[in-house]
Amino acid sequence: MSSSQIDVRNRGFIDTDNTGDTPGRRATLVLNMHRFHDVTQQVCRIAEAKRAPVAWYVAFAISLAMVSMLGFCVLYLFFTGVGVWGLNNPVMWAFDITNFVFWVGIGHAGTLISAILFLFRQKWRTGINRFAEAMTIFAVICAGLFPGIHVGRVWLVYWLFPIPNQMELWPQFRSPLLWDVFAVSTYFTVSAVFWYVGMIPDLATLRDRAKGRIQQMAYGLFSLGWRGSMRHWHRYEVAYLLLAALATPLVLSVHSVVSFDFAVSQLPGWHTTIFPPYFVAGAIFSGFAMVVTLAVPARELFGLKDLITLRHLDNMNKIILVTGCMVGYAYSMEFFIAWYSGALYEKFAFMNRAFGQYWWAYLIMVSCNVITPQLFWFKRMRTSIPIMFVLSLVVNIGMWFERYVIIVSSLANDFLPTSWGGFIPTWVDICTMTGAFGLFGVCFLLFCRYLPMVALAEIKAIMPEADPHREHPQ
Amino acid sequence: MTTLAPDRKPSQAAGTVAHSQRRTWGIMAEFETPAAIFEAAGKVRDSGYRYWDCHVPFPVHNLDKQMGVRRTILPVIVFFAGLTGATLGFGLQAFTNSTDQSIWAFVWVTGYPFLISGKPLMSFPAFVPVIFELTVLLSALTAAFGMLALNGLPRLNHPLLASQRFRRSTDDRFFIVIEARDPKFLKSKTEAFLKTLGAHAVEVVED
Repeated sequence: MSSSQIDVRNRGFIDTDNTGDTPGRRATLVLNMHRFHDVTQQVCRIAEAKRAPVAWYVAFAISLAMVSMLGFCVLYLFFTGVGVWGLNNPVMWAFDITNFVFWVGIGHAGTLISAILFLFRQKWRTGINRFAEAMTIFAVICAGLFPGIHVGRVWLVYWLFPIPNQMELWPQFRSPLLWDVFAVSTYFTVSAVFWYVGMIPDLATLRDRAKGRIQQMAYGLFSLGWRGSMRHWHRYEVAYLLLAALATPLVLSVHSVVSFDFAVSQLPGWHTTIFPPYFVAGAIFSGFAMVVTLAVPARELFGLKDLITLRHLDNMNKIILVTGCMVGYAYSMEFFIAWYSGALYEKFAFMNRAFGQYWWAYLIMVSCNVITPQLFWFKRMRTSIPIMFVLSLVVNIGMWFERYVIIVSSLANDFLPTSWGGFIPTWVDICTMTGAFGLFGVCFLLFCRYLPMVALAEIKAIMPEADPHREHPQ
Repeated sequence: MTTLAPDRKPSQAAGTVAHSQRRTWGIMAEFETPAAIFEAAGKVRDSGYRYWDCHVPFPVHNLDKQMGVRRTILPVIVFFAGLTGATLGFGLQAFTNSTDQSIWAFVWVTGYPFLISGKPLMSFPAFVPVIFELTVLLSALTAAFGMLALNGLPRLNHPLLASQRFRRSTDDRFFIVIEARDPKFLKSKTEAFLKTLGAHAVEVVED
């Protein structure tokens, strides 16, 4: 469906197309609604409905099947050993770390939307921040799974943490792998707290509307007795601002620390100073693509088109374009520096990356991440639902391959030709990767069904009707 | 007791008579728009009541200032939590990786001077990421839980939550509540005062 079709279908309502930019007039962010109650109704009816849409059940069944597959693969791994994966000398990291970096990256868009866009007073974030934050949390859960299971002897995974033990053994704090443990666990905790704090007033809304006893108890318990007191709101707003200010450096640091896992090593193709900003840009790029991938079906399925409008999607596509260009710049700058450095191994690593045994993966990466997103220069493309959906999937695929290329091609061909090798994934590799998507799907679908998917209180506060100095009240 | 809500059904009114022996907790006034409550809040502030509050579905811009709410101490608490996190982060790494001292931290623990690739034992730059993470972690947790604690949350029940009318405070209605513990509170006078504010409805809240 093209944007013009959407316009035609909605003609007759006021404020149906908010994608334009009229100077001197702010674009409306909530369409076809002028009453606070309508917003409450639109969002709460999803959680209050007796039955979810059929598509929800289908998606949930598929995700559940994928989670069972994941569970089987993980158990098989634990009982047999990491040899069930295709890892071997010299490629000791492949799908596991690729998936880890991929999922951590996905999470970044959620924190960017909730924290950085909040500090920049980007009011359009309110339509999408709640489910983008949920996406962050579930993505970090998927990310945390992989380093957890790749250690081999998983029952010793507590060695990652500085826990006093009878061996008087401590972690080695000068290792970026340990920084990662702290970075990712802090990121998860802070994201979860930020998400939950944001949700308390909306859970109270669900509590006050709940009809059944179970709903009243559950929403009542989790809304912590919130009653919208302005004295509470005052501290709440300060706390929210503080959390945003804390999450902002955090989101920039997490993927920087992930990139240190590579950059601090001596391997050609990994040992570069561009990695932290390059990884962060890539993370935001892939994360926004995932938000679009999820937002398009979700707004369709749950009827949230008036709250998650075409303008929101348009804005996200602009961010995808910008970060896609940053990633493209990083790709070319890596090549330039490899040539300019005159370092033999560095030059080889990059020629090998583009033209060596993994040329196909490199080609997928560049065409998905740099070339196709350029379509978003055109407004027609940015506002077309099918095109943005396909492009967001393409970006997700491209970004997965970016991590694969960086990790596998650098390990496969390093200094000594006699130790060169390659990587072929086994069925366990592939099933574990697919299963992680199922885990993400289950979490996300449950969230859509039972929790407020859009930040009610925040969206009400940005409606023109919320202004206490408005001349004509609603 | 008198029911002041114009749209209250007779059956509900009869129901409240049975509870009339219960203590009055406060009186609430319902408003329909942010503008209406904003104006009314200014009047309540100037009238000398101390134990009163606005209950709104979203933070109405500047309503806290209009009410004369003092700025919260939360940022100061969070600053010290961050400082604690930084100290803890540095202490943890310096102790475990750079010294061989034994200290008591619930159990006796001993540090181990790790010599890794010829780096100095006290390699501060390598300690920065973990110091940063712990600073953020402690600050964020303090911001969230400190906010809840200062707000007196979580709590399982509250007299206001028993009111059917009050349920719209998380949807689309705006309430001003004056509590009975206020020294200036006098049921009839406070009721009359709230009615002058242009409220849509006024209702007595019982404990």
